[in-house]
Amino acid sequence: MLAIYKRELHSYLTSAIGYAFIALFFAVSGGLFVYTTLYAGTANPANYYTYMLVFFAILLPILTMKSFSEERKLRTEQLLMTAPVSIPAMVAAKFLAAMTVFSACIALCSCSFLLLARYATVRAAMVFGNLIAILLVGGAIIAIGLFVSALTENQLAAAIGTVGIVLLFFVVSALNSFIPVYWIRFVLSGVSIFSRFGNFTQGAFDFSALLYYLSVMVVFLLLTWRVFDRRRYR
Amino acid sequence: MIQVEHLVKRYGGAAFALDDVSFEIGEGEIVGLLGPNGAGKSTAMNILTGYLSTTSGRAVIGGVDILENPIEAKKMIGYLPEQPPVYPDMTVTEYLRFVYELKGCKFPREQHLADVMEAVKVTDVSRRLIRNLSKGYRQRVGIAQALIGDPKVIIFDEPTVGLDPKQILEIRNLIRNLGRSHTVILSTHILAEVQSVCERIIIINHGRIIANERAEDLARVIEDNTHFRYAIAGDKNAVLAGLRGVQGVSSVSPMHEREGDAFCFLVEGARGTDVRRGVFRVCAENGWPILSIGAVGNDLESIFIRLVDRSDRENGKRKDGKDISRAER
Repeated sequence: MLAIYKRELHSYLTSAIGYAFIALFFAVSGGLFVYTTLYAGTANPANYYTYMLVFFAILLPILTMKSFSEERKLRTEQLLMTAPVSIPAMVAAKFLAAMTVFSACIALCSCSFLLLARYATVRAAMVFGNLIAILLVGGAIIAIGLFVSALTENQLAAAIGTVGIVLLFFVVSALNSFIPVYWIRFVLSGVSIFSRFGNFTQGAFDFSALLYYLSVMVVFLLLTWRVFDRRRYR
Repeated sequence: MIQVEHLVKRYGGAAFALDDVSFEIGEGEIVGLLGPNGAGKSTAMNILTGYLSTTSGRAVIGGVDILENPIEAKKMIGYLPEQPPVYPDMTVTEYLRFVYELKGCKFPREQHLADVMEAVKVTDVSRRLIRNLSKGYRQRVGIAQALIGDPKVIIFDEPTVGLDPKQILEIRNLIRNLGRSHTVILSTHILAEVQSVCERIIIINHGRIIANERAEDLARVIEDNTHFRYAIAGDKNAVLAGLRGVQGVSSVSPMHEREGDAFCFLVEGARGTDVRRGVFRVCAENGWPILSIGAVGNDLESIFIRLVDRSDRENGKRKDGKDISRAER
């Protein structure tokens, strides 16, 4: 598992996609920090992280699109599947590698608030709450991205498919209040990824939200596992 | 070392990719897996390596069932698929280190990698990116990854594709040497390769084993081997007429060859007959010395083609039978 994790990190750091991701990430993150914090004259990180979250809905699928689809295209999937490594370990390694790159980027961006703390009062609980929220939502998007990437050998299709699913979650959140039927509204708000991190952004710990995001990650990682397992029995 | 028992594989519930396949391979044996495209060779290898599951039946590697305990079974296997599973963005050394860790090897790493690279002659390109290597080198890197961890069973799918003649000979020698201490399965379309490397040949067609023999015994399975080349000294037309009169001979045709004053003839007997005694008697009665006699079509290529043709005919009959019985119903 460690070998696949290291290989995955290596591929992020030696490919154009990895650097494009990091470059785009820092450019947008810097811009958003200036816009939502410095120009707005506030040390509240909630706006910055909420905008970042929207940005991630599009950026994270770029990070995950090649995870499995490229393995399939290069036929290296056969190497992994015939090596003495279980499918769950392989999926977990890929997930952790993508999470590592994502977390490193987020951690580096959050340093802006460390600098800001010299000149303004920054509430650490709020920064940490937002950090946890964005990591949880990001983790859910990465798990969805890995699942879609396992379905196809076309990287572009994997990226577009993931963005599509994530946007669907967005639309569900946005349009939910317009639906007149109560039980539909109830079900949709139950599955919406983007309506649960509010408490975290205000610096409050929300156990049910934590459980929800972890469940989304586990469900999509299990589905990814099933994709590979099913392919063996096709 | 490898036991395959009543292996059945159906894709999506449709046609059989493998239909009740059973064979055993002993330790240190080099076995060639032959068959036309789509015969089921790759499916068999994919099941043996744990890449695919079975519909029914079992495959046991070194006493471990690949379906029940895949991780332990996979530790004993090195596999080179049809397309070498290499990452273009890694150097050869980086890639082999990755495979070493992936397989959880316990040898002294650098020494083991150096030995493997030396064996497949990729040491001189060890620092180059795989994407910049020629097809032949990529293939050799693919072979190298199969050898990492010194597995007991090595399975090669078309290992010499893309190599030049010198490299092909080197790889064949390597496989022969591996066979001394490993069990090797070699799937290939190149019959000469099988003949020069393998001790035993398994031929698969339509998902069934149609021959499983030692290379030298393979001709035996062709029961209707009735083509002979004769060199007979005598008047050409008289000999021709005499041979045609032999009981069981279905056709005689003169060949464009001569051996001294003898003419060469291709004599074909009817299916299930041996015409050699009759031909001898006619020649003896007429005083025509037989200078040489040889079976025609006993080379591996001819045997392979005839076995596959026969299997195709039988498969056609099976299908027809099924169609008829379905229609009757």
